[in-house]
Amino acid sequence: MKKYLALLLSVLMLFSLAACGGADEEVKGMSESPLPAVKLVKDYEIKDDFKIGYICLHDEKSTYDKNFLDAANEVTTALGLKKEQVIIKTNIPEGKECYDAAVDLVDQGCDIVFANSFGHEDFMIQAAKKYPNVQFCHATGTKAHTEGLANYHNAFASIYEGRYLAGVAAGLKLNEMIKDGKITKEQAKMGYVGAFTYAEVVSGYTSFYLGAKSVCPSVTMEVQFTGSWYDAVEEQNAAEALIARKCVLISQHADSMGAPGACEAAGVPNVSYNGATYEDCPETFIVSSRINWAPYYNYIIKCWNTGEAIKADWCGGIAEGSVVLTGVNLDVAAEGTYDKLVELKDKLSKGELNVFDTANFTVGDKKLDSYVANVDDDANFAADTEVIANGIFEESKYRSAPYFDLRIDGITLLNEKF
Amino acid sequence: MMPTKKNHIPLFHLTKRDPATLTWQYRLGVRIAAVVGGLLMAGLLMTILSGENILDVYASMVDGVFGTSHRVWTSLQSVAMLLCVSLAVTPAFKMKFWNIGAEGQVLVGGLACAACMMFLGSELPLPLLLVVMALASILASVIWAVIPAVFKAFWNTNETLFTLMMNYVATQLVAYFLKVYIKDGSGVMPVMKQYGLPVIGGNDYLLNVLITIALTVVLYIYLKYSKQGYEISVVGESENTARYIGINVKKVIIRTLAVSGIICGITGFLLVGATSHTISTTTVGGRGFTAILVSWLAKFNPLVMALTAFLVVFLETGAGQLNTDFGIPSEVSDIMTGIILLSIIGCEFFLQYRIAVRKNRKEEA
Repeated sequence: MKKYLALLLSVLMLFSLAACGGADEEVKGMSESPLPAVKLVKDYEIKDDFKIGYICLHDEKSTYDKNFLDAANEVTTALGLKKEQVIIKTNIPEGKECYDAAVDLVDQGCDIVFANSFGHEDFMIQAAKKYPNVQFCHATGTKAHTEGLANYHNAFASIYEGRYLAGVAAGLKLNEMIKDGKITKEQAKMGYVGAFTYAEVVSGYTSFYLGAKSVCPSVTMEVQFTGSWYDAVEEQNAAEALIARKCVLISQHADSMGAPGACEAAGVPNVSYNGATYEDCPETFIVSSRINWAPYYNYIIKCWNTGEAIKADWCGGIAEGSVVLTGVNLDVAAEGTYDKLVELKDKLSKGELNVFDTANFTVGDKKLDSYVANVDDDANFAADTEVIANGIFEESKYRSAPYFDLRIDGITLLNEKF
Repeated sequence: MMPTKKNHIPLFHLTKRDPATLTWQYRLGVRIAAVVGGLLMAGLLMTILSGENILDVYASMVDGVFGTSHRVWTSLQSVAMLLCVSLAVTPAFKMKFWNIGAEGQVLVGGLACAACMMFLGSELPLPLLLVVMALASILASVIWAVIPAVFKAFWNTNETLFTLMMNYVATQLVAYFLKVYIKDGSGVMPVMKQYGLPVIGGNDYLLNVLITIALTVVLYIYLKYSKQGYEISVVGESENTARYIGINVKKVIIRTLAVSGIICGITGFLLVGATSHTISTTTVGGRGFTAILVSWLAKFNPLVMALTAFLVVFLETGAGQLNTDFGIPSEVSDIMTGIILLSIIGCEFFLQYRIAVRKNRKEEA
């Protein structure tokens, strides 16, 4: 019932947005992407009986899952996979249902089974133990490096670099607002809607903030958590609450249209995630970063077909094409945003620029020389690995999923409850 | 010639049927016709919306439910879990106590079970741990079910709203404890398979299915042949009658909800302790609400409920397969499920009323 109501409301919302979208000024629209997805090249043979199965938590209505589904379809087309070589299962909850879905995919002859949600991990491991001849790959998981199974693998991307770039776009927008006299330097406060106080989210909002700070030194940020990865109403509420607290720019790490929609309604610039929300929010959307999963899919399919072993942890970066940006909305973004992003992405890619350079942030007014993070994520949640070396917090080095969970200065967490 | 105005006779009108005049064959026939009619209508709509051949659609659904032995077992498991929750709501419904809080009642049971696994798992020997898990689940669910019953019995509060609200409290409780227990902030509890119920017969779900069958039979006997079951029926028919013949209505309400709670607790125990070995806010997955439908469709008969639970699982699982095979979005499948269920509920109308069509006018003239 709730589903239908939400659907109805979103349709209504679309209409109302369309109704008041009449702009007087000339619409410049979107630029090209400063960091586009790379076209896949097939440089290996795929066996006729090869088959891959994908497990998704929701379906294409969730931006998170749509991102995975789009990549799967792209790979299918680029590699010329036949219809019967690809099986996609959507709406698989994070429970025993995931194990059942994985076993069913094996029954149907899949050589690789991929699952996309954090809570799928333990069930994928169960299936991996039962079927040692099938490769199980899991996005966002943390246990491949400690489980030590030859056929179980984790994957992620250095999305913190993408968020850093998106943060730079946000910082430039703040500078423009300061220059135009809309806000003072001290009022340059951003809002961020996060799901949980989990390292993946912490790493994400911190890199976003550091990006903004690199161009707008006076920026501060407030973070509101929703306690759910996908809850349109809560995300909208959180965004509205942040706007009410005088946040002049909003970003989010959550999967629904809740926050971008609230921004468009209030006329507050929004840096989005998981793909462009430009069509629904043409007057507030600036830019969006996302993980492109196609390179990873291509990698595992190539490994299987060429007899190579899949790495236990794979973290794709800008060079691999795993981190991409949408185009920049020229009607909202500050002038010069595109050029700046192009310049910085090259520096990031070459390693000349590090997002988590300890020179750029403090914790409790102190620069960090050492930090032991919880990388192994065992039952005690104890810290176990030194992750700072040569003045750099080495994110995603010891496992693919992020483990940056420091609370740095300049960012206020409004509700730590989640 | 102008027709003279006479008493207006509508084209058709409804008359109440005398239930005694209907044979069981007739009833069964109407219901089968409703299922088949619903399937045809839904299939037709599916064909129009998705462009797939209607026979392919049905074949795909059957394949999704029965296609492999693992699918058969998964379907059985789904039926068993849905049936358990349906059994839980049934005694209260027979009493006309509209408990729509089974979702939360099962969830708190599961939460208690998960807490035992997490904190006592390494402390207690497995057999003792399992007993503690089961008792904790049942106790938590009974408390959750009895609270609205007490309020209903003593202050006549609206049980529908009360139980509905308790669902949200239960969901948030789980979210809260996941935040407290899971220190990495991910909100995902690791699977604790080592503390689960043993697997019998080499199949993960056999034990669940057997326990559910036993529960079904016990509840059937309880409702049909026990004194307490009779009291439930009387209170459901008329509280005044019940009072007149000396039934303590308050006691029956509370006791019946405790029975509901026990079954919810067992379900929570099975879902967490024997199936997923972890808990999340979506562990019950809407079964608490679907169960209402299952119980109603079966007219509160536990044995028939096995069939109606199967029907619902068939439609849901089949819809999932349609999504995989043809990319038909889940909304279209939901419409299909809706049409079939509506036609089944609708047929009850024809069993209670007769449509009398107006006779030919010329005859009357």
